[in-house]
Amino acid sequence: MNERITHDGIRLSRRRFLQVLAGGAGVLMVGIRTARAVDAPLPPALLGDNFYDLGAYVRIDGDGNVLIGARDPDTGTGVATSLPRIIADELDADWTRVSVVPLGLGVSDNNGQPRWDYGRQIGGTGGSIPAAWNDLRQMGALARWLLLQAAARQLGVQADRLRCDSGTVIAPDGRRLGYGSLAESAGKIALPNNPPPLKAPDRYRLIGQPAGDVDARGIVTGQTPFAIDHFYGDALVAVLVHCPWPDGTLANLDATDAMAVKGVLKVLQLKPEPGQPLGHTVIAPAVAVLAEDTWSALQGRQKLKLEWKPGASGSESSAALEQQADALLNGKTEPTSRVRNDGDFDAAGRKAARRVQATYYQPWLAHATAEPMNCLVRLDKDHASVVVPTQAPQKAWAVVQRLTGLGPAQIEIKVPRVGGGYGRRLDHDYVAEAVMLAKAVDKPVRLLWTHGQDLEHDYYGCGSVHQLSAVMDRKRQLTGWNQRMASASALARRGVPDNRLWTSELDADQLPAALVPNYRSDWYALNTAIPRGPMRGMPHLGNAFAVQSFIDEIAQSMKEDPLDTQLRLLGPSRQLPLSAGGVLDTGRLIKVLKLVADRIEWKNWLHSVNGLGIACWHLNGAYVAHAIEVAMQGERLIIQRVVCAVDVGRVINPQGLEGQVAGATLDALSNALNLAITFKDGQIQQHHPKDYPLATMAQLPDAVEVIVVPNDDLPPAGASFLAMPTAAPALANAVFRATAVRVRRLPLMKELLRLL
Amino acid sequence: MALAQDLVTPAAPGNGIVPEKVRDGIDLEINGEHYRHTGDPQMPLLWYLRDVLRLTGTKYARETGADLVLLNGKAVSAIAQPMVKLAGKSVITVEGLAANDGGLHPVQQAFIDEDAIGCGYCTPGWLIAAVDLLKRKPRPTDDDLDQLPNLCRCGCQTRVRRAIKRVAAGKVGPA
Repeated sequence: MNERITHDGIRLSRRRFLQVLAGGAGVLMVGIRTARAVDAPLPPALLGDNFYDLGAYVRIDGDGNVLIGARDPDTGTGVATSLPRIIADELDADWTRVSVVPLGLGVSDNNGQPRWDYGRQIGGTGGSIPAAWNDLRQMGALARWLLLQAAARQLGVQADRLRCDSGTVIAPDGRRLGYGSLAESAGKIALPNNPPPLKAPDRYRLIGQPAGDVDARGIVTGQTPFAIDHFYGDALVAVLVHCPWPDGTLANLDATDAMAVKGVLKVLQLKPEPGQPLGHTVIAPAVAVLAEDTWSALQGRQKLKLEWKPGASGSESSAALEQQADALLNGKTEPTSRVRNDGDFDAAGRKAARRVQATYYQPWLAHATAEPMNCLVRLDKDHASVVVPTQAPQKAWAVVQRLTGLGPAQIEIKVPRVGGGYGRRLDHDYVAEAVMLAKAVDKPVRLLWTHGQDLEHDYYGCGSVHQLSAVMDRKRQLTGWNQRMASASALARRGVPDNRLWTSELDADQLPAALVPNYRSDWYALNTAIPRGPMRGMPHLGNAFAVQSFIDEIAQSMKEDPLDTQLRLLGPSRQLPLSAGGVLDTGRLIKVLKLVADRIEWKNWLHSVNGLGIACWHLNGAYVAHAIEVAMQGERLIIQRVVCAVDVGRVINPQGLEGQVAGATLDALSNALNLAITFKDGQIQQHHPKDYPLATMAQLPDAVEVIVVPNDDLPPAGASFLAMPTAAPALANAVFRATAVRVRRLPLMKELLRLL
Repeated sequence: MALAQDLVTPAAPGNGIVPEKVRDGIDLEINGEHYRHTGDPQMPLLWYLRDVLRLTGTKYARETGADLVLLNGKAVSAIAQPMVKLAGKSVITVEGLAANDGGLHPVQQAFIDEDAIGCGYCTPGWLIAAVDLLKRKPRPTDDDLDQLPNLCRCGCQTRVRRAIKRVAAGKVGPA
């Protein structure tokens, strides 16, 4: 998943003002506003006590309790914990006295245009921590500076002679003032002209220390509400049946039996609005049943008699699309985009002593979130209240605004904890559905999808075919690399120009780019009506599976230890420039690779009866490697050990990072072992969660051994999907050692059992 | 019976006791409280909990096991239980695991200690399944843990495994 996809239309000004919002008596509040050049510092404003309306990041009460707002939706990535801890550390707050609240969308009216009060608000794309590192530290630093100035006045000591520790200002003579006693006077201090200095890293108390999820107690007691757990007393429950074809139409509807169900009040039709990009309107034509409660609505839904008519896509199939990809990659057609072309691959090929070629297949994937699509909407004449599980509340706002015509600040979007996102909730078709229905019935609506619908009507991660060729000279050095890839872009029908459609499909800098002198990467566009969108780990899943399996195959062709082949390819420790900016630090990649190799006892690679596999990757300035050990017991694949090493630069919360790395590893293994979406006659063939079987406890390893490379000199990179790409190739490489079967097509279990 | 009923329905005794006929309905106990369901007897327990009682800890997501509750002490899917089958039975949901004084169940504390939480949506189901397993097998093996019916896309399984083993080893609570 990729920031480039998720940012469309939401460009934030870099110019921001820090803001102090004097609250009720004895309260200090510090916030942030994006600002235009003409903005003067805003006057103190009185804000309500409703947590969801919290207009500031930091609020210190007279009794010393600190409330910190969590800006980005937490879909299980831990940002509701890590982002507030960044603020709290700069503030020198006592973490045991900090409460965290989800902020919801921060939007105000800037002459009819939205102004995003909290800056960037996107979760689950790997960008939360890097963005917070840039701007949220200043929130804590400003609040701390104000408290120090207030303490200086009260104590008659210069501010730079005071220090802060765990919610207390301490004078050189030992006098102490709690933050609570300073909150009111700090709220009256004039703002500094320049942002106050940030802490020296050696003074961090929370950053770099392990912390459990701030919502843990609420979650284990069933008290933390998700969007699906919100109600309005008079809201109607809406459930839908979608057309099996995104471009199909409703041919016949008989709602008599549905309307006869006690509690069912209305049956309505929904249609995608023509001209709207994917994710901004209804995903497919639908019929909605509105009822007093969920059970009545679901019963009514079952009693609908519907006939749908396919559209132009009614004959499409994933099998035919794959054949089309194979034909393109084996043919002589020019690529849709030449993504990278270093040196001259053809010339290198003519001089080569050895050539290896293989083709790899990544299936289509669904998001399969635990919390299904849902949305609670209340529309009043001059106000909309929306409670929604979203990863991008600003995009949800845009859909509500377009459909209601309300002003920027008349739309309130609450984002409670989100039951999984993985990219699905960067699109807001379900918000459009709920708003359309609320408008139609003139009542609040609580929209709910079933998990089967989530599978059948998704913006899928697109399947892809990767044809890789490598050539080597007589010294067995890789001199040329050619990647030819075909897929249906996740950016198609989203307002992205044709010559940029490849950007969601592969990374111009992905391994082994910059390491092989003659490197060519071509992308071929496929087309299908099946909607695509951002998917956790993509496009790296398919690409890393292909590239890292292929390096293993190259090693095999040269009868070499694949770790040696990897290390020879990486060469000496050095920094190589990347086309997207930044560098590839081969030293960091070598380090994670060697760490996992040592931990799994790679020296046993040749003689172990179990299979050992290894893989590495880099993305967004972070580095990852997996080593996996497997054994076969008959037709059962046992994943004995999984080791994962990551280097993300500075670590904010090591416990959270370990959870993300272990979680992403298991998610990627579940994908790789079992999962594929297919379509035939234009219809998705997986109708029920049973048809898309997430891995069970028995299939998954008992533990994931996570190694974090300390690297505090570099700013933190995002980690929410960092550990996904290398899991599948390390697994496939291990399976090859255990079985001598090379799996080039995922999902692995089906292919392995076919080939065994 | 009707005759007997008539005979025992005299005038109010005058001490505030109002005679009342037994109404139709399904009596059951949920988290120690008594409830009577008078709606559709086929309504699944899940929607009774969520829509009627607003006990929303039990989640809608049968395949992941997020809708598990303890029915007379045994983990069952709440969406698979029509209310009509629950007369006289006792249900414990995730909200009912903690003691009345707010003290957490050891399994809840172990999940906190091990941070065995992804997005948290399926967590209530894991807790219920773990309580059920530990009651049957106080020292579960890895193979026993492999039999848990729950699924988690966030990948919390390795941390759940640690949490349940922590309870079994009697090591619950911050060190």
